[in-house]
Amino acid sequence: MAQVMMKDLNKKYDEVHAVKDVNLHIRDKEFMVLVGPSGCGKSTTLRMVAGLEEITSGEISIGDRVVNDLPPKDRDIAMVFQNYALYPHMTVYDNMAFGLKMRKFPKVEIQKRVQDAAEILGIQELLKRKPRQLSGGQRQRVAVGRAIVRHPQVFLFDEPLSNLDAKLRVQMRVELKRLHERLETTAIYVTHDQVEAMTLGDRVVVMKDGWIQQVGEPLELYGRPANKFVAGFIGSPSMNFVDVKVADANGALWAETQGIRVKVPPIHTSRLVPYKGQQVTMGVRPEDLHPASGSDPREYCFDAVVDVVEPLGSEILLDLRVGNNTIVARVEPTNRVKVHESTRLALTPDRAHFFDLKTELAI
Amino acid sequence: MVIERKWKTWVYFYIPLTVFVVGTLFPFYWMLITAIRPDAELYRSWRAATNTPFWTLQPTLEHFRDLMAKTTFPHWLWNTLFIAVTSTAISLFCGLLAGYALARLRFPMAGTLGTSIFVTYLVPPTLLFIPLANIIRTFQVGDTPWALILTYPTFLIPFCTWLLMGYFKTIPKELEECARIDGATRFGAMVRIIFPIAVPGILSAGIFAFTLSWNEFIYALVFLSSPEKKTVPVGVVSELIRGDIYFWGQLMAGALLGSIPVALVYSFFVEYYVTGLTGSVKG
Repeated sequence: MAQVMMKDLNKKYDEVHAVKDVNLHIRDKEFMVLVGPSGCGKSTTLRMVAGLEEITSGEISIGDRVVNDLPPKDRDIAMVFQNYALYPHMTVYDNMAFGLKMRKFPKVEIQKRVQDAAEILGIQELLKRKPRQLSGGQRQRVAVGRAIVRHPQVFLFDEPLSNLDAKLRVQMRVELKRLHERLETTAIYVTHDQVEAMTLGDRVVVMKDGWIQQVGEPLELYGRPANKFVAGFIGSPSMNFVDVKVADANGALWAETQGIRVKVPPIHTSRLVPYKGQQVTMGVRPEDLHPASGSDPREYCFDAVVDVVEPLGSEILLDLRVGNNTIVARVEPTNRVKVHESTRLALTPDRAHFFDLKTELAI
Repeated sequence: MVIERKWKTWVYFYIPLTVFVVGTLFPFYWMLITAIRPDAELYRSWRAATNTPFWTLQPTLEHFRDLMAKTTFPHWLWNTLFIAVTSTAISLFCGLLAGYALARLRFPMAGTLGTSIFVTYLVPPTLLFIPLANIIRTFQVGDTPWALILTYPTFLIPFCTWLLMGYFKTIPKELEECARIDGATRFGAMVRIIFPIAVPGILSAGIFAFTLSWNEFIYALVFLSSPEKKTVPVGVVSELIRGDIYFWGQLMAGALLGSIPVALVYSFFVEYYVTGLTGSVKG
């Protein structure tokens, strides 16, 4: 059990600067998720922690030790790979025991640990099989088992659920979370799936183009995104963005664009004053839009034309057109609105977000 | 429809296949039949009333006996085996390490090195034997098995390296990364994880190398001169063709015996050999 520190971490390949000035403190026993689109440097960062990639500059420490120059085997970590990376010529038992054998554990201890891990993961019956005789979910369990028998200081997961089908992925996600609560070991988990990131992480790091965009607890990222990228990346369906002009009228600020004229919510007023007369990006999540009723203040309502109706059972997603913009609203399944109809929407005032048009930072 | 398909299968599949199989196997059959045909039958006229070119009614082992007694064939067989096995072992060892390094390690000029190894394979032996003869003489190993054991790797190592490099590339690199995290050094991961998985590739490289050196002719012809030190391909041709006299029976008996070890090696490892060439590893 240990904390992991990254200081000014950089990785450059010949032409590509893959990881840029990453500073990160992963606390002891924390489940930290690195999330971002492909090529954002999240896997490279993880591989540097593992010792599989050279560090171009910066420092990584695990516990109290700086590990920059330690080979992977001496870092006391365990890693689970996307393609499971089970040794095809060994049985499940030998796969799980390999790390312990390499570290010259006594045979009895190896047997005990493998049995314990197999029990936790429910794979006792599979111990004598070869990896090719296992299903995807079972292989994943074995890969996790191989990591936990070692009792390492840090677990590293590189998109471990990406090769599983949707249903199994949800199931394994829950199991991983339960496992982490049980083992209480520091874990770094890389994924491109924001749902996985939100559900698994104690804290989540959002990365893009090698830069860290924001570090925070899942609900913090959802509620107070630091910039437009994080706002759009976290949440599904993703946040609606509309470029609006900040106008001053009747002693209040208004966000205006073709087809929309809504009052700037009071909590944003003071921060938007400097932008008076300028364009900003307004962001509203689909779940923060609802069909307007009599109780909704008129200054937060606008009209839209329904383009597509997507009934999902528990909810309906409406694709709507407002002026030149397309937006998505998530509404109750009882909603009876039809395609091409005009409907009146209201937004939840204190859930609106505003971003600088140039820097894309939250205002 | 069904009928049409049937004749199509015959025209496009069975008939070409039959032609191919007969064409491939006939020389071997001819070799066998000539080896066991008595001299009287071998040297009679094609127009003779009793001529039966495709079979014989009095099979004999006389040619085999002559081959063993009147020539140094057992020596040739042993020489060939010793030379082929040793040079294959040397080449496999070097090819394994070089192939792994070229497939996995990042080092300056790796690409250039890979290509230049391949280019050496393209230099024809008929050109290379002249400078090699000079080297052989300098090291004073002419007319010994070592002349061949040391020269065969010049074409076997590039061959093994390239075949194994291709095979190593099909093995997911996560396997050895995982092993290195699990506590192995890079060398340990290579020996414990990659080599066992690469067995089909290693075997097919070995079989190929063995066959190439078993059948090699030009270096063996140039670098060996004493009759008892020759290899099978050279020995059979140089000792059983005297001027314009061909000892057909013994020639074919020698060729037959000489091809048996290769046939055995192939038939034992045929499965590995196929997967070795197509490369198939799943994590």
